[in-house]
Amino acid sequence: MYGTVYGSTLNERWEVTKQQVIEAANVRKNYRGGTEGAGLNGFDLEVTAGTVTGLLGPNGAGKTTAVRILSTLLKLDSGTASVAGYDVSRQGAEVRRRIGLVGQYAAIDEVLTGRQNLVMFGRLNHLGHTKSVRRADELLERFSLTAAAGQSVGKYSGGMRRRLDLAASLIVAPTVLFVDEPTTGLDPAGRLEVWTAIRQLVDNGTTVLLTTQYLEEADQLANRISMLKDGKVVAEGTPDALKAQLGSDWLDLVLVDPAEVTQVLGLAEPITNGEIKVEGNRVSIPVKDRTRALTIMANSLHEARIEPEDITLRRPTLDEVFLHLTGASA
Amino acid sequence: MTALGWAIADGWTITRRALTHWRMQPGLMLFAWFFPVLMLLIFGSLLGGAMETPEGSSYYELLVPGIFALTMLFGLEGTMTAVTQDKDKGVTDRFRSLPMSSAAVVLGRCMADMLDTIVALAVLTGAGLALGWRWHDGLPSALAAFGLLLLLRFALLWVGIFIGLSVKNAQSITAVQVLVWPVGFLSSAFVATSTMPAWLGTIAQWNPLSAAATASRTLFGNPDPSTTATWIGSHSVLMAIIAPLVLTAIFLPLSAYRYRTLSH
Ligand SMILES: Nc1ncnc2c1ncn2[C@@H]1O[C@H](COP(=O)(O)OP(=O)(O)OP(=O)(O)O)[C@@H](O)[C@H]1O
Ligand SMILES: [Mg+2]
Repeated sequence: MYGTVYGSTLNERWEVTKQQVIEAANVRKNYRGGTEGAGLNGFDLEVTAGTVTGLLGPNGAGKTTAVRILSTLLKLDSGTASVAGYDVSRQGAEVRRRIGLVGQYAAIDEVLTGRQNLVMFGRLNHLGHTKSVRRADELLERFSLTAAAGQSVGKYSGGMRRRLDLAASLIVAPTVLFVDEPTTGLDPAGRLEVWTAIRQLVDNGTTVLLTTQYLEEADQLANRISMLKDGKVVAEGTPDALKAQLGSDWLDLVLVDPAEVTQVLGLAEPITNGEIKVEGNRVSIPVKDRTRALTIMANSLHEARIEPEDITLRRPTLDEVFLHLTGASA
Repeated sequence: MTALGWAIADGWTITRRALTHWRMQPGLMLFAWFFPVLMLLIFGSLLGGAMETPEGSSYYELLVPGIFALTMLFGLEGTMTAVTQDKDKGVTDRFRSLPMSSAAVVLGRCMADMLDTIVALAVLTGAGLALGWRWHDGLPSALAAFGLLLLLRFALLWVGIFIGLSVKNAQSITAVQVLVWPVGFLSSAFVATSTMPAWLGTIAQWNPLSAAATASRTLFGNPDPSTTATWIGSHSVLMAIIAPLVLTAIFLPLSAYRYRTLSH
């Protein structure tokens, strides 16, 4: 009805304020032939320009669905969503000109070499051959893939594939980059490689929406986190604010002798900020300042001549977080 | 550049991708191109002796055009596999998230598969000639026969794209790969339909593959008894034009519809 007039005014408003690069309000999506309630059930999101937002949620929470809707690959049933000021339902072509998408599974041609892949995507972005080649070499350099550039992607490691996938999405500097579960299935080294690559993007001012199942990953990379459960955002805020809401880290001690438990409970008194849990010879102590708690505890144990079998510091797991959140809201 | 210009340019980029695949996997391509030759040799030596051929002509006179048509049918698998793999691996999604026309993706696939078929036909023609098969009615008529074969391949391209987009995963392709064989045997590819039991011959006659096989025999001047046996046999060239057009008219819109509903 409004056509391009509506689009351009919306876009001008965005140019002026440059605030919300992604806006989604009450988005609903049910897959055709899918289970009732699966998909998105009133999804809301606001992403400010130049920030990294983490969409955090367990399997089946709707992360991929949200990313596919925002990148125009999937139609929403109801609600509104816009990216860079353009409506995803009515101005898909404009949206596609401004986004990069890194899907959950590396979408690159396994037979072609890394360079051939990037040149192809460059040409499909209408850069022309010469520019595509130059851009491909720049990106290979930037993602430390120059040495493997002439190798078939089938021979790449998971981390290398993911980096190439990222590079392919950055051929034309996008306003918004969507990254769906960048490190799922990668080993720790691969994960670090990808994290470094994403951090670089952020330094260049790209707005990033990334999804993840790992609290730690969202914590490492994102300025803001939206927690997704059953197709709905259940909590939203900066990582610190959320963590404060979520409660503490845990210091887990496994003792050699259950008789030492009472002694350890005494030692834990000064560092804990909650209720200590004891299960046989395992003592879980909620702590606020994680590193300080660990050093103090290590010292006290040493002085008391107690040598535990194991001592670990851990973040609350995603399950605990969701339990906490749904418990708190009930 | 105009929208159409870009669609062609992008389509060519995607065709080049397929050509690069050929270069990167020469062994695989050689196997695919020589597989029809293998079939020609196997069926030729297996059935050649037992086959009653008109006027004592070589069985290869009948078989070579049949294997040509069968090669068109087998091309279906290649199209299907490529389309399903791209969909499975997310490459299709990547294309769809780019500011390029969706027609380009299909156009690229189409050009690549047609080129692939032309190479396969050329290899098979060489093998046929070496085994003593000839065309007897001049080059223009022979080229018309090749044209009809390629028309069938073009129609099957859309069937392949449709199935490729419809199946859940690459495993489902195996089912189609198996089904291709009965379709191939239930046609005039290996034997003239007029020598089959009546009911079977009737079914086989209406197989689009038979139309292509019989029509190309007619145009190559190779003997096929079914050309005089029935109405459909004597109008095989017409059938070889109409059947692919009907298939295209059904499966091209269906493929376009499937491509659009990937977003549902
Ligand atoms: N094509 C589909 N057809 C039917 N249902 C689907 C389809 N894709 C996803 N779903 C369902 O929608 C819900 C959300 O799926 P989605 O893929 O968005 O979750 P996710 O958060 O990305 O999960 P994961 O961490 O496993 O990637 C799930 O219950 C899933 O089973
Ligand atoms: Mg997902």
